[in-house]
Amino acid sequence: MNPLDDLYQEVILDHQRNPRNFAPMPTANRRAEGANPLCGDHVTVYLDVADGVIRNISFEGEGCAIAKASASMMTAAVKGKTLAEASETFRQFHQMVTGGQDPCFDLETLGKLAAFSGVSAFPVRVKCASLAWHTLNAAMHKSDGPVVIGEIGKEGRK
Amino acid sequence: MARADDRPALRPTLSSPLDVERVRRDFPALAGKAHGHPLVYLDSAATAQKPLAVLDRLRRSYLEECANIHRGVYQLSERATAAHEAARDKVRRFIGAEQASEIVFVRGATEAINLVAHSYGRGQIHQGDEILISEMEHHSNIVPWQMLAEERGAHLKVAPMDDSGDLLLPEYEKLLGPRTKIVAFTAVSNALGTVNPAAAMIAAAHRHGAVVLVDAAQAVPHQALDVRELDCDFLVFSGHKLYGPTGIGVLYGKERLLAAMPPWQGGGDMILSVTFEKTTYAPPPAKFEAGTPHIQGAIGLGAAIDYVESLGLAAIERYETDLLAYAEASLARLPGLRLVGQPQRRAAAISFVLDGIHPHDIGTILDRHGVAIRAGHHCAQPAMKRMGVSGTARVSLAFYNKRDEIDTLVSCLGEAQRMFRP
Repeated sequence: MNPLDDLYQEVILDHQRNPRNFAPMPTANRRAEGANPLCGDHVTVYLDVADGVIRNISFEGEGCAIAKASASMMTAAVKGKTLAEASETFRQFHQMVTGGQDPCFDLETLGKLAAFSGVSAFPVRVKCASLAWHTLNAAMHKSDGPVVIGEIGKEGRK
Repeated sequence: MARADDRPALRPTLSSPLDVERVRRDFPALAGKAHGHPLVYLDSAATAQKPLAVLDRLRRSYLEECANIHRGVYQLSERATAAHEAARDKVRRFIGAEQASEIVFVRGATEAINLVAHSYGRGQIHQGDEILISEMEHHSNIVPWQMLAEERGAHLKVAPMDDSGDLLLPEYEKLLGPRTKIVAFTAVSNALGTVNPAAAMIAAAHRHGAVVLVDAAQAVPHQALDVRELDCDFLVFSGHKLYGPTGIGVLYGKERLLAAMPPWQGGGDMILSVTFEKTTYAPPPAKFEAGTPHIQGAIGLGAAIDYVESLGLAAIERYETDLLAYAEASLARLPGLRLVGQPQRRAAAISFVLDGIHPHDIGTILDRHGVAIRAGHHCAQPAMKRMGVSGTARVSLAFYNKRDEIDTLVSCLGEAQRMFRP
């Protein structure tokens, strides 16, 4: 597959056209905002967490196809998971898009999220794919202040 | 026109049309490839490619005149000083200034604006005063004024533009008043390509006694400017958008203004004498050039000006106007494409959006076909907001671009639309 088709896989295009869980959540008990000031993309992630489990998750914001699809597929992937499981998925996803995963790592583990493996061939787009995940991470850990990615010398606040 | 010793031979006469194939041979980077495709460089408003004349001059300068300036007593330093000051004089001539001492070398347009905001602004702006800018400014011509206004208790006023991206001149004039102390605006919008009626705007501001700074970063590569004809008080631009090196730029200021302004940074090369009790400062431009400057940057900028003048700004403007019109018409024909900004007079850039495709995705898809454009807010977020978009795709042209590159652009945009078709 050529790298462009690998980046813009049908499942990604589908999620960018029809993002899932794309709405504010008034009942959320955790939320975080993320932004990439270099391109103007921004996302808000809402969580309803009880007993360490993500009972519900949604997002809103604006971004490119990769950012939007990544946020959408992220919500589908972590809904119902424990915070620990979601953190582990984030770690694996992050390794995949930065091309830093263990060669023995089985992409199948990530399920549909494996569609983002093509991102690693587009270094400038890694931030698009990881913005929502960094924001989710902040919401899970109740970090103060917005998540800002794209800062020079920093890959993204962990 | 006086011919400096190190000026490359003038090839065509000033009125001869521009031979793009010949020009392209002066820019070896344009023969390069990106992702296996011939490079189509449509981002010259971000930075221009450099002609061999500039690269050769830089190499020669580092080889034959590498010494610090204004202080050495030996020949090499004299040679470096002479080349550096010759470059200053080329800039003076290029923008029509009267004195070389009115030309201050800085890092770029951004630093020049900050210099004026700090040095002139702090002394002249007081509580309740007004600074007037336009809605289409680059962040570099917004933020320094915002910082100054906040520090001094002054007000930042913004002249609006219409849906086409043209400044509303009557609204601008209404915003001028007795409290307006500084007016700062761009001659050409980097985001929309709008050419502003600079002379009329300056004259109107002067009727109210305001001092005017013109951001000419996007203007100088495309059109001849004359600071005395414009009667602007300050004018700034960056070397790298004018085919010169990065890290060098120009602040022009009227002599009497520069002379009255306090220094900005302290250090060597900007003093007459130093004791621990008191330092007396050198006159402009040295007063504003503390420390060892970007010597080769200035010399390289001088070579870039020589190069541009060898083609002739009249020929450049004619060629680029034709190419811009071709590009605008070609883009406008694409279904699902909306031009963002359709100003009455355009230079440098065309901004657009495609239905259902984010500018960054357009940028990535074009890149994989070798086409380099800019996607995003172009450091002009207020202008984007006014036009009702968060960002655009922007193509910007130089005299080394040609029609078949526009055709490649348009066909790749069609490809992007096919990929994203629902």
